[in-house]
Amino acid sequence: MTATAERHALGAPPPDDILLDVRNLRTVFHVMDGDVPAVDGVSFQLRPGRSIGIVGESGSGKSVTALTIMRLLDIPPAEVMPGSEIWFDGTELLRMPMDAMRKIRGNDIAMIFQEPLTSLNPVFTIGGQIAEQVELHLKVKKKEAWERAIESLKLVGIPSPERRAKQYPHEMSGGMRQRVMIAMALSCEPKLLIADEPTTALDVTIQAQILELLKTIQDRTDSALLLITHDLGVIAEMVEDVVVMYSGQVVETGTVDQVLLEPRAPYTMGLIESIPTVDKRGGRLSVIKGTVPSPFNLPPACRFEPRCPYAWDHCRKVVPDLFQTDHPNQLARCHLYTAAGVGRREQALEAHAQAMTVGRDLGGQR
Amino acid sequence: MTEVHLPPVTEPALEEIERRADEAGVDYEVQLESLNQWQLAWRKFRKHRLALVGLGILIVLIVAAILGPILSPFVFNQIPKPDKAVYAGRPPSLAHLFGETGGLQRDVLQLVVNGARTSLVIGFTSMGIGVLIGTIVGSVAGYLGGFVDNVLMRIVDVMLSLPLLFVILVASKFFGNGNVLLIIVIFGLLSWMGIARLVRSLFLSIREREFVEAAKAVGVRDRRIIFRHILPNAVSPIVVSASLIVAGNIITEAFVSFLGFGVNPIYPTWGNVLSNALTFIPVGNWWWPFFPGLAIIMTVLAVNFIGDGLRDALDPRSRA
Amino acid sequence: MTEALPPTGSVDATRPAPASSPDPTADPTRDPTPEGEAPNAVPAPEARRSASQDWAAGVAAATASDAQRRADNAAEIEPLLRVVGLKKHFPIIGGFLRRQIGTVFAVDGVDFEVQRGETFALVGESGCGKTTLGRSLLRLTEPTAGKVIFGGRDISALSQDELRPVRRRMQIIFQDPFGSLNPRMPVSDIIGEGLLAQGMKDRKKRDKKVEDSLEVVGLRRDYTRRYPHEFSGGQRQRIGIARALALDPEFVVCDEPVSALDVSIQSQVLNLLVDLRRDFNLTYLFISHNLSVIQYFSDRVAVMYLGKIAEVGTVEQLYENARHPYTVALLSAIPEADPRRKKKRLVLKGDVPSPAAPPTGCRFHTRCWLREKLGNPERCVTEEPQLRVLESGHQTACHFAEDVSDRTVSQVVQTQDVLATAVAAEGADVPA
Repeated sequence: MTATAERHALGAPPPDDILLDVRNLRTVFHVMDGDVPAVDGVSFQLRPGRSIGIVGESGSGKSVTALTIMRLLDIPPAEVMPGSEIWFDGTELLRMPMDAMRKIRGNDIAMIFQEPLTSLNPVFTIGGQIAEQVELHLKVKKKEAWERAIESLKLVGIPSPERRAKQYPHEMSGGMRQRVMIAMALSCEPKLLIADEPTTALDVTIQAQILELLKTIQDRTDSALLLITHDLGVIAEMVEDVVVMYSGQVVETGTVDQVLLEPRAPYTMGLIESIPTVDKRGGRLSVIKGTVPSPFNLPPACRFEPRCPYAWDHCRKVVPDLFQTDHPNQLARCHLYTAAGVGRREQALEAHAQAMTVGRDLGGQR
Repeated sequence: MTEVHLPPVTEPALEEIERRADEAGVDYEVQLESLNQWQLAWRKFRKHRLALVGLGILIVLIVAAILGPILSPFVFNQIPKPDKAVYAGRPPSLAHLFGETGGLQRDVLQLVVNGARTSLVIGFTSMGIGVLIGTIVGSVAGYLGGFVDNVLMRIVDVMLSLPLLFVILVASKFFGNGNVLLIIVIFGLLSWMGIARLVRSLFLSIREREFVEAAKAVGVRDRRIIFRHILPNAVSPIVVSASLIVAGNIITEAFVSFLGFGVNPIYPTWGNVLSNALTFIPVGNWWWPFFPGLAIIMTVLAVNFIGDGLRDALDPRSRA
Repeated sequence: MTEALPPTGSVDATRPAPASSPDPTADPTRDPTPEGEAPNAVPAPEARRSASQDWAAGVAAATASDAQRRADNAAEIEPLLRVVGLKKHFPIIGGFLRRQIGTVFAVDGVDFEVQRGETFALVGESGCGKTTLGRSLLRLTEPTAGKVIFGGRDISALSQDELRPVRRRMQIIFQDPFGSLNPRMPVSDIIGEGLLAQGMKDRKKRDKKVEDSLEVVGLRRDYTRRYPHEFSGGQRQRIGIARALALDPEFVVCDEPVSALDVSIQSQVLNLLVDLRRDFNLTYLFISHNLSVIQYFSDRVAVMYLGKIAEVGTVEQLYENARHPYTVALLSAIPEADPRRKKKRLVLKGDVPSPAAPPTGCRFHTRCWLREKLGNPERCVTEEPQLRVLESGHQTACHFAEDVSDRTVSQVVQTQDVLATAVAAEGADVPA
C-alpha cells in the first residue's frame, strides 16, 4: 500500500489548529462479486477538543471510515486508494510504517467499539488489559501501569476499582464492559477518541449512563471526539458538528443545529422527517421510499436520486458535488444548491417543512 | 376458512396499492432468474476448483468401475496359465498397462478396475446405511428430547465403544469370512453414530430458530416442521459428513482386507489386492501394490475435496 | 359478550360488515395508468386490478366504515384479550446431576386487558420479560401459571389441536427479518403453509391468498417464487407481515418489528402497520424498547421491569404524568433528536438485576432514585407494591408514587453524580 500511496504527491499539511484532516478518503473492498467502494471521497476536519459525529445507516461507510483512520482494515481485501490522505496532528497516517502507526494507536488515537464483549480479550483481566496498554505506550513499569489502570477505572466511575481490575470481561455486565473500554481508551490520554456506535448494543438506561459519562469525560480531558452512530438523538446530544453519509459519500456537513434543525440534503431531510414523534400521532410517517442501492449497482449520477422526492432529470446525468447551501458552512451534496436547481429549492424546503409537522402523505384518513 | 365477500375495486384503493409498492421500493432491477438454494449451491460449488477436480476424478473412477470389466480384454476370474519364468510378474507394458501380478500373473489394471467396483460400492452403500440410521435416530432424539433422547444417546455411547475389528472378527465366525454384504452392513452399523450425534445437535439448535417458531405460530404440525423446516436446513452438515464417511470406509475396507478379514479374495477389492501384493515387494514388484494404492489415495482425496466444496457450497452464509 | 369461536367456514360475526357501495369520492374518469416507465413504476393496472379486487375493495370498504368500525369496537364489552396472573419461569439446569439449581422469573405475575382495535404497547429493557410475555400469549412458550383469555375463551388450557383454529386469529410478527424466514423455502410456502395448516387445501385458493397478502404489504405478486436471501431486510419484514396477515387474524403481537431495521426503513414498515391496522381492524400488542416509536404508534402502554408491570396507562398519561420512578427514568433517558432540548437527564445507578435473582419487595428498589431521596424507606424492601389506580386514571406499582413530580425529579437531577452510577448492587454482576 505504501508504494501506491507514494506515487501520489502529498498535499500540504493542515494548519496547527486542525487535529484531524481527512481528505478525499476512498476505501474499496475487493470481493468475489466485484469491487465495493465502501468509502468514496470522504473529507472532513476536526479541531482539538471538539466533537464531530458521522451519521449514516447501514451501507453508508461510516464504520469503514473510522477503521481506515485507525488503519485497522485488512489490506487485501480492503484497499485505500491513492489520493486519500489522513492528517493527524501534523503527520500523514496512511503513509506511515505500521510500527509508527501502532505507537499512535491507543496512545494518541483511541477507539471504542460497539460490542465490548468481543473487543475485550476474554482471557485477561480487565486491569491487565488496561495496564498492558499503559505500559506499552507510556513506557512505565508494571506497578505504575497497574496503578494508572486503576485510576482510569475510577475515572469512568467503576466502584471498587482495585477489586474490579482483577475481574474478567465475562464477569461484568454490558454497561460495565463499555465503561472498561472507555477506561482503556482514556488510559493514555489520547488526543482523539473514536467511538463507533458505543451505545447501540446497550439498554436505554445504561445508554444514558454511558452518554453522560462520555460527556463528562470529554469536558474534563479535552480530547476530541469522533462519534459514529445511526441514532440522531445521540448525535444531537453529544457532538458539535455533523457529517451525514450515504452510500459511501458525504451528503451533508454542518453544525449539529444546522443539520438536525434545518437539513439541506434531501436524504437528511428524509431521515429527520421519518422520526416518529408525538406530534405525528395519528398521521402517516414521512418515508424515504425504496432501499439503499447495492454497491454493485449504483445509480449513474446522484446516488440518492432513485429515492429522492425532489429529483429531476439533471440528477440522473450529473454527479453532484458538495455545494454551499444558503447557510454559512453548511454543505449539501445536491443539485438543488446549484444554478440548475434554483427554482426547485424553495419548493423542496417548503415540502420538508410541511412534512415535519403533519407527515408527508396523509393518504390514510384517520 | 372465513370468507369475506367484498365489492369490486375502486380508484382510491388502487392508489393505495401503488403507494405502498412505491414505498417498499419494489425493485424491478433485481436478477431475472430466481435461484433456489440448490441451484445457488451448485454455482458456488463450480467455483471451487479442487472440488471440481475431485468430482472429475470420482466420475472417472465410477465410469471405469462400471465399464472397465465390460471393456477389458481380461476377465478377472479367468486365471491365465502362469509363466514360471516370470514369477515376480511383468512390469507395465502395452499389453498390460498396469503390469502383471506376481504368482498368477493376472492383469493389474483389471484387478484395480474390478476392485473399484467393489470398493466404491462398499464405501457408498455403507455410508448410505449409516446416514439413514443416523439421521433417523438423531432426528427423533433431537426433536423429542427428554427420556427418548437420553435412551438413544446411551445406545450411541455403547455402539461407539465397540471396536470395529472385534465386531468383524466375531461376525466372521458366525456368518463366514469375506461376505461383501456382511462387510457393508457392519460398516454401516458402525458408522451411523457420528451422524446421529450431529443430526441431534442440529435439531436442537434449528428447533430454536425463529422461523420454526413462526411455523408453529401459524399452526404447522410437528411432522411438517421436521421434514420441511428442520431437515432441509440440516442437510449441509450431513452431506459433508457423509462424504467424509465414504472416504473413511474405503480406507477401513482396505485395512480390514489387509488383515485378512475383508472380502473373499476371489472378488478383488483394492484392499485385498494390496495385501496380496505385499509379499512380492521384496522381489521387486512395485507396480502391483502401487496402482491399487494410488486408486485408494485418489478416491480418498477426491471425496475429501468434494466434501470441502460441498461444505462451502451449502453454507448459506457464503456468497455465490 | 362471551363469544364462541366461529366454526371454520362461517363468517366471523364480530367483524364489521363491509360497506356495499364503492367509495363515493372516487373519480371514475381519472386515468389509472402510472406515469412513464420509471424504474419504480408498477405494471399495467388493468391486469392487476382484476387480480387484487378482493382485498383492495376491502380497503375501500374499511376506509369508508372507519367511524363505524370504531363505534363497533367500543361497543364490545368484553376485551379481546385478557391476561390474568400470567407467569413464565425457566428452570436453570446445571451441576453434575443436571438438577434444577435456579429459576429465571422471566414473567412473574402479569395482568392486563386489550380492547379490540386498540394498540397496546409493552415497553421495557432487556430482562423485563416483554418478549417472553408475547410468546406466552400465543403459547409458543407454555405459561407456567395464569390464564390467557382470548375472545372470551380461556386458551391457556387448550390442547395443541384445539389451539390450532385459534392461531388463525392471533398472529405474531417477529423482530429478526433474517432469522424468521426459512432460508430454504420459497416465499409462497412461507406464507402459504399457515393456510395449509389451517385447512385451505385448494392450491389455487392458497396461491391467490398468498399473492393477495404480498400485495397488501407492498410487494409484487410474482415474488412468490423467490427465496428470502433475495430480499432486503425491510422487504423480508414485509414478508413476515404478509405471513401473519394471510390468516386474516384479529390480534397481532408485534415483537419489536422495526428494531432490526434501518431508520429510513423503520418508518416505511410503521406506516404499513398503521395502514393494516385501519384496513383490517387489527388489534396490536406492540412490544418495543423504543419509547419514541411507542409514543407515536400506541394507545395504551405498559412498562415492564423484571417480569412485572410497573406502570400502565394511556400514552398521554404515561408520557406527561409518569408516576413510577422507573418510567420517569426511562423517559428521561431517551436521547432526543433536537439539539435545542438538551436536557439534564436522570441517570439510574447500577445495572438491571438478573431475572434469576430479583430483589425482594419492590424489584426496582435497588436502583430507585426516589427511594434514595426519601431516605431509603424499609417498605420498599419488605413489601412488594401492587398495581393501584391513581387519580389521573392510570395504574402504578409504587408505594410512593404520589411523591413523584417534576420538582422532585429536577432536584434529583441537580444533585446526581453521573460518574457514581456504576454502583454494584447485589446481583448486578451476574452476566447477562
